[in-house]
Amino acid sequence: MTNLIAYIPALPLAGFLLLFFTGRRMSKSMIAFVGAGSVCIAALLTIVIGITFLQSGSSANTQTLWQWMRVGNFSCDISLRLDALSLVFVFIISFVGALIHIYSIAFMRQDEDYARFFASMNLFVFSMLVLVLADNLVLLYLGWEGVGLCSYLLIGFWYKVPANCAAANKAFFITRIGDTAMAIGLFMLFKTLGTLNIADIQQQAATIPNVTTIALLLLMGGMGKSAQVPLQTWLPDAMAGPSPVSALIHAATMVTAGVYLVARMNVLFLLSPAAMNVVAVVGAITLFVAGCSALVQTDIKRILAYSTISQVGYMFLALGCGAWSAAIFHFFTHAFFKALLFLAAGVVIESLHHEHNIFKMGGLKNKMPLLYYTFLAGASALAALPFISAGFYSKDAILWYSWSAGNGNVMLWAVALTGAFITALYSARLVIVVFWGDMKTPIAQQPGKLMTMPLVTLAILSIIAGFVQWPHNLLHVTLFADLVEKVLPATVLKQGIPPELLLQLIAAVVTLGGAYTGYLLYYKSPHIIEQWKTAEPNLNLREFFVKGWRFDELYQTLFVKPFLFITRSNKADVFDKIHQWLVTACSRLNGWLSLSQNGSLRWYIGSMLVGIIFILALQFFL
Amino acid sequence: MPSFQTQPVLIVAAILFALGLTGVLVRRNIIFMLISVEIMLNAAGLAFVAAGARWGQPDGQVMFLFILAMAASEISVALALVMQAYHQHKTLDVEELNALKDGTEPGFG
Amino acid sequence: MILVWMIVILLIGGLLCWLTARANEHAAKWVALVTMLIDAALICGVCFTQRVSSINTWIVDIKTQWIPAYGIGFHLAMDGLSMVMLLLTFFLGTLAVLCSWNEIKQRTGFYYFNLLCTLAGIAGVFVAMDLFLFYFFWEVMLVPMYFLIAIWGDTNRRYAAYKFFIFTQAGGLLMLIAILSLYFIHAAQSGVYSYDYFDLLNTTLQPSAARWIMMGFLVAFVIKLPMVPLHNWLPDAHSEAPTAGSLILAGLLLKTGAYGIMRFVLPLFPQAAEAIAWWAMLLAVIGIVYGAMLAFAQTDIKRLIAYTSVSHMGFVLLGIFSFNAVAMQGVVMQMITHGISTGALFVLAGMLKERLHTRDIESMGGLWSSLPAMGAVGMLFTMASLGLPMLGNFIAEFLVLMGAFTANVPLTVIATFGLVFSAIYSLRFVQKVFLGPSTFQKPLPDFSAREFVMMAALSIAIVWLGVYPQPVLDMVQHAVQAVVTK
Repeated sequence: MTNLIAYIPALPLAGFLLLFFTGRRMSKSMIAFVGAGSVCIAALLTIVIGITFLQSGSSANTQTLWQWMRVGNFSCDISLRLDALSLVFVFIISFVGALIHIYSIAFMRQDEDYARFFASMNLFVFSMLVLVLADNLVLLYLGWEGVGLCSYLLIGFWYKVPANCAAANKAFFITRIGDTAMAIGLFMLFKTLGTLNIADIQQQAATIPNVTTIALLLLMGGMGKSAQVPLQTWLPDAMAGPSPVSALIHAATMVTAGVYLVARMNVLFLLSPAAMNVVAVVGAITLFVAGCSALVQTDIKRILAYSTISQVGYMFLALGCGAWSAAIFHFFTHAFFKALLFLAAGVVIESLHHEHNIFKMGGLKNKMPLLYYTFLAGASALAALPFISAGFYSKDAILWYSWSAGNGNVMLWAVALTGAFITALYSARLVIVVFWGDMKTPIAQQPGKLMTMPLVTLAILSIIAGFVQWPHNLLHVTLFADLVEKVLPATVLKQGIPPELLLQLIAAVVTLGGAYTGYLLYYKSPHIIEQWKTAEPNLNLREFFVKGWRFDELYQTLFVKPFLFITRSNKADVFDKIHQWLVTACSRLNGWLSLSQNGSLRWYIGSMLVGIIFILALQFFL
Repeated sequence: MPSFQTQPVLIVAAILFALGLTGVLVRRNIIFMLISVEIMLNAAGLAFVAAGARWGQPDGQVMFLFILAMAASEISVALALVMQAYHQHKTLDVEELNALKDGTEPGFG
Repeated sequence: MILVWMIVILLIGGLLCWLTARANEHAAKWVALVTMLIDAALICGVCFTQRVSSINTWIVDIKTQWIPAYGIGFHLAMDGLSMVMLLLTFFLGTLAVLCSWNEIKQRTGFYYFNLLCTLAGIAGVFVAMDLFLFYFFWEVMLVPMYFLIAIWGDTNRRYAAYKFFIFTQAGGLLMLIAILSLYFIHAAQSGVYSYDYFDLLNTTLQPSAARWIMMGFLVAFVIKLPMVPLHNWLPDAHSEAPTAGSLILAGLLLKTGAYGIMRFVLPLFPQAAEAIAWWAMLLAVIGIVYGAMLAFAQTDIKRLIAYTSVSHMGFVLLGIFSFNAVAMQGVVMQMITHGISTGALFVLAGMLKERLHTRDIESMGGLWSSLPAMGAVGMLFTMASLGLPMLGNFIAEFLVLMGAFTANVPLTVIATFGLVFSAIYSLRFVQKVFLGPSTFQKPLPDFSAREFVMMAALSIAIVWLGVYPQPVLDMVQHAVQAVVTK
């Protein structure tokens, strides 16, 4: 069975190669068949392999394909390793990936670059699978950069619009900064341990002297990919890509690569409390910063983008607190409901003539009921409405652990709770403004079956996916934690924490309160928000949030403008001037010396005479 | 044999040489410059002969013969060049025959 | 004898091109192509039949007298490193002939003569084991290259050719002085006058003498490499040369500098090289960042690519002066992969120029829609040049940086951030040329069959090197080990 692991990434790769080479000569149906088919088969294969893996009870299956490079004392292979953690990720990637591919068949039908789209998507699925299946960090880095490339290609999919290209470039640069830090982390690991094999690193981790530095460098990589403060600015712009891309790459899978990395390297982080704290604080800051921005956006996809940043922040918070399984669990549920929200948003945007502004939408509840209910399922999971949504089970666990887990404290809990309120508020705002009220833009088209099927599937999963893991005090179902804790350390609880039930109640009340506030502000009495908006300081605050806390402007002045200034002013290469100076000196000297070559015979004879006298004089004086 | 006074002869040679040199330096006409060069050569020849007489060696006179032969060949080549230059440029003024001056295009003044 | 044949075939082929072109312009192309293919077949044959055994690193070795009076020998030898470089030479040489196919319309015969002579010189440089012979080949590759730029170049070709010539020649003369001093010191010590590499390896030098002589060699090599601040010949030469000229300059001539440092500077002057290692690494890092920043600013497509070479060759210098096997293997990989990826970009630039008649990227844009295949290949090689995994350059840069990290942490960290800069200029290049709204209304022809073959060969090579580089690493392993253990 182990030999089949390689086929999971190989199928999308084959799809990519087929589409890349022959895509332009294929019919659209053929392209869809190859593009979506390869990922669907991979998903089925994952289920088969997953079941056999779980039944076998082994901790990890490794499959070495070939030797990649062996140099001196460094060696690394193209080698895949499936364990419980990878399995969860592989499952999400292939399964959600397959659904999104099916959705894209219909969604992208009209696009002339159909083949390029599916080729890029397949390449993405391949890279992401390699990322999570890699058994050494170099191969992981291969997948890591590969997903970055695909993200770049797909954000800039409609490349004729310069803004899309700019967004794609921005995404690539900023994640590249993180990647570079991560690469340095890899070099440090190699320098200290002499290996980059993940299993070996985990065994020898205790011997690393500068583990905090390494952990922080790896974290930097994760922050870039997962859009955590301060490297988060690329994700909202990345919404320039088609909606399925946002759903797959910028919500469900790629942005959680950082979570995977930290979870995978948990041994290093556990050895360094400082690094753990940084992870938690980064997560907490991010979830708050992004949540505030999500509150005030008007572009439906940007709202979802900021909410993604915020939710990934929750995952980082959980990781930093030491609640490893809770973080992965939130990744698991988040993949479903956020993919759902993006896909649904895609349908909304398509139906309303590419309208992105939520305040120009409205009243879709009755016109598109199926869409409404699926969106509602997703939004309630995002808001973590108690019991009826998957988001509740995962987020409640994070809230609880952010205080009670070994590394948690009350401050983190407070921030997370505030975040939960904000999340509920903007989820309610989104649903109410888009679907309730009066219609402002006529509907152009209804989604077809290929698009609704993934929506419904994801909506069902957004409700029931949480049932695999219940809070301790309610029902003792711990299927998910049991699975991932084969690989990840179990969460350690502190003593002297308020009872879990109390915290749960507070969380539930806060969530419902948030949702109700949204209902109040955007449906019941919208004048409150209108009045609030008119005041001067509030307006500035709103502007500040809309612009994503002005991080972009900060980076613009700190890095981009100086860089552009330096490069522009030095376009002609200052060293060339130095060499030019040498040339000028030579020709100046030539000018002086050629004064003596004036062509006058008598001058020559005279100077000869002077020379002779000079030499004779030397005879006398020396 | 009366003792031979070398010094006056050398002084005469030096004066001749100085005269020739002055001629070369102040004359602009190339013919006169050539004549002056001849005078200088003869001055050198005179010095050789005097020195040869002083040491009672034939070498001085041998050198003079050399100089004669060299001067003859030199003047014939030089006069040929002068003829050519005159044919082409209709002048014998060296100040105008300065095509070898650095920085000027080929062609005379 | 096979090495002699390789060089002789090139020279004869070159002469034949010159002669046949008088009768038929097209014949010259075919003669050149056949010559290159014969040589490529020969080196491939050697590659497959001769395995690098663990005992003997030297696969082929020919040694005869040339000018016995002065101890000058005709000594050609090949180890794994030379073999890899020869493979690259004939691979890129064949492509150089192919990419000149339609571009060169004047004096075709003389053009191919010069092209093949340069290649002969390069091949000679990679196998000459007699320092006098090495110097001879060093000059042989320089002069025809000068003609290639000066005669078939672009508008500013004279300036570029002079600049190239003067820079390289200045370095070459310093190297000549260094060779001569080494020769005389060795003669004074052993009483034997010899230019042979293996004899000179046994010379013991005073530290100060070693430093000066090494500097002579090093300056010549780093000018070729090129190292900031001696790189200024490169952007001009690359941008003005015809496509094949740029391809050979970037793909091969720069590598002779790196090869020279690995073959001569480190083994001959190990202590002296170690003493200046820090400075060399510093300049390498400056080169990486500086080249990248200048590449970002350029608007001329070929100048842009030229400056990326400056940046990439910084990695080579960094790796060489880290003195460890990992970095050194990375250097060899970088030499090959940079040759392929930058060569491919130059070929691409040539194709664009052929179609659009401009080198200004500001006036390009949106070419992906009209030239989809070219866009895909362009994207591939841009990604290669920014070091994307799965492609060869990643292996090279990763190994270099990882090796260099064990030698010097702060400099390597800065060099690693050079990767961010490389992303910036690469993406700008792609965006300006292929993305954005399309500016050209009339339909442009995508790849012709000839161009397709060239690009396919390059693409396969770069992907293969990224996915399965082990054969190359094995091939050069002993050579690298020999350099490092010194």
